[in-house]
Amino acid sequence: MDLDFTAAEDAFRAEARAWLTEHVPATPLPSLETREGFAAHRDWERRLAADRWSVVSWPEEYGGRGASLLQWLIFEEEYYAAGAPGRVGQNGISLLAPTLFEHGTEEQRARVLGPMATGEVIWAQAWSEPESGSDLASLRSTAVRTDGGWLLSGQKTWSSRATFADRAFGLFRSEPTAPSRGTPAHSRPEPHQGLTSLMFPLDAPGVAVRPIGRLDGKPAFAELFLDEVFVPDADVIGEPGQGWRVAMSTAGNERGLTLRSPGRFTAAADRLTALWREAADPGDTALRDRVADAVIGARAYQLFTYGNASRIAAGGSIGAESSLNKVFWSELDIALHETALDLLGPYGTLADDADDAPAHGSWSEGYIFSLAGPIYAGTNEIQRNIVAERLLGLPKGRR
Amino acid sequence: MRFLLTDEQREFARTLDGMLGASGTPAAVRAWAAGEHKPGRDLWARLAETGVFALAVPEEYAGVGPLPLELAVAYVELGRHAVPGPLVETAAAAAFLARLGDTGAAVAWLPRIASGDAVVGLCADGAPFALDADAADAVFVVRGDTVCRTETHGPVQPSLDPARRLSRPLGGTVLARGPAVTAAAAHAGDTARLLTAAQALGLGRALLDETVAYVKQRTQFAVPIGSFQAVKHRLADGLLALEFAQPLVHAAALALARDAACAGPEIAAAKVAAGEACYAAARTALQLHGALGYTDEPDLSLRIRKARPLRDAWGTPAECRARVLAG
Repeated sequence: MDLDFTAAEDAFRAEARAWLTEHVPATPLPSLETREGFAAHRDWERRLAADRWSVVSWPEEYGGRGASLLQWLIFEEEYYAAGAPGRVGQNGISLLAPTLFEHGTEEQRARVLGPMATGEVIWAQAWSEPESGSDLASLRSTAVRTDGGWLLSGQKTWSSRATFADRAFGLFRSEPTAPSRGTPAHSRPEPHQGLTSLMFPLDAPGVAVRPIGRLDGKPAFAELFLDEVFVPDADVIGEPGQGWRVAMSTAGNERGLTLRSPGRFTAAADRLTALWREAADPGDTALRDRVADAVIGARAYQLFTYGNASRIAAGGSIGAESSLNKVFWSELDIALHETALDLLGPYGTLADDADDAPAHGSWSEGYIFSLAGPIYAGTNEIQRNIVAERLLGLPKGRR
Repeated sequence: MRFLLTDEQREFARTLDGMLGASGTPAAVRAWAAGEHKPGRDLWARLAETGVFALAVPEEYAGVGPLPLELAVAYVELGRHAVPGPLVETAAAAAFLARLGDTGAAVAWLPRIASGDAVVGLCADGAPFALDADAADAVFVVRGDTVCRTETHGPVQPSLDPARRLSRPLGGTVLARGPAVTAAAAHAGDTARLLTAAQALGLGRALLDETVAYVKQRTQFAVPIGSFQAVKHRLADGLLALEFAQPLVHAAALALARDAACAGPEIAAAKVAAGEACYAAARTALQLHGALGYTDEPDLSLRIRKARPLRDAWGTPAECRARVLAG
């Protein structure tokens, strides 16, 4: 057992650090959740891609560096330590791309991944519906067979940055649910079957996008209204009717290693410690303990992830354990930002775009963002059910 | 990087787990609490046969160590079975004597510690009480830059975990004085803190396992209580805390093995996480066993009572959090 990096990994870290030192904007970009900020972040993706830093873990043919999981973790540590901008391409890069690598066709990868890597096409998610959140399999939006493709209809919601994004990927009901024999009329028939995973343009005829304000008012997500939107067969991911399996592999990526790397929390914990040293009353041991807990939590998440990366490198895999990750980082993120706001006192009450907001508003922006963590990517209640049932072996019960 | 235990280390843990599970450990704990040390000393001898104590002792003193990671792996299992006695203190005393540079004391005690012949107490960090001094062959007492060896102690004072018998060390002969004592004591304190964290991790795992087993078979409202979300979520949180404490314990052991500058904060972080996770697991065990968990008779009580002292021994959570930030 060791925590050592190879000379090649150290060199990779040094190369990433040097590039970031040279290129990270001195002043943070405007909020990712605004039109102006979205455009600035898209431009940043282009600059990352130009030197092949946007998708380091992808194969070289798609614009990556074929980096190992550990190298990706190293890159992320350096990225966030450098205070580099949030990743506007994240939904595509960390959710859709792994799904295409696993379930997509050669043609889809060749067509979709390049523009994703450069930020030319930014992807949004279209999973949740007004009546289908945690119970995703109950979704009602439909994909109806037509000549050469499918017609999508229905309503999707909580689609992050769909107001500004170019395309979306989502899950649709392609076969009506038929009641199976012997089931009482009120019980639901096989909802996981007959779903299909598809990609579609957000500017296609029949798509209407309505921005939804986040808790701080920024149009961070949107509702999508779909009325017979044509999608060619080439944009079906996996087999029609097998969408649930495809979606679950995406969800695994989302909760697991690739959505929130430890680097962002170790970097935030370092900044929190620096803030505490500058600003805190040394006699306030309650606040000191919370800073220490953020440091300990970030380190624990980093080490836990190194363990998982080692397990994968040794031929193992991560299953329901990804639910542990998701609960841990989402709660750590909130605690860390709450502590920062408390350290900032009255300045911690300012919105991120206020003139006097400390650190260019990064703490308040991070705080607002962190509040969503226990909700998206499968609520923490659902994750705890998964932990209890699949890792501890407790019996399923009523939800 | 391969941040995974080796097959050998896992096998060592399994061997200890199997041995302790088959050795009447709960009866030894109860006897120990009553001041009868024979079953506990027999268990100690069996542990020595597996090589546990030799891991704490350098090769030149008939040991195979110091091997902090292997020690931590072993102490997770000792914690899992709530083995009684000054296990942490004996290993920490070995670290102290090996570091002190007093060859006489090292020759006198280290081979005996390695072989399991000597049960040794260590009282430092300003602690007023020594653990299990009544069962120890010697207690080393560090006060400031002075270390004494004593064989006498005041009356045993009952503690909230009856199997942890506390008393004040009395008198003693001065062994050494000066900065070497302070440095050796700091190293011994790190060792003690790490191994207490490891014990807490194992104890917490056992508390969680027992409770999971119980809620699967305990039926109320015609269903197992483990099917209720309130119960599930509490246990899921218990697992979460233990799973994220474990890599901290392993990384802390690696840092101590390298004698790295970051060892102090890493060990303190591990101690906070493992101590708090273990105590939370004990509270969950108590709550989910209902009135049964509040009773002395089931062996569960041996574990529930040990969680809080392990959380506080060799550095309370507050002390350790301060250490994490002191860098």
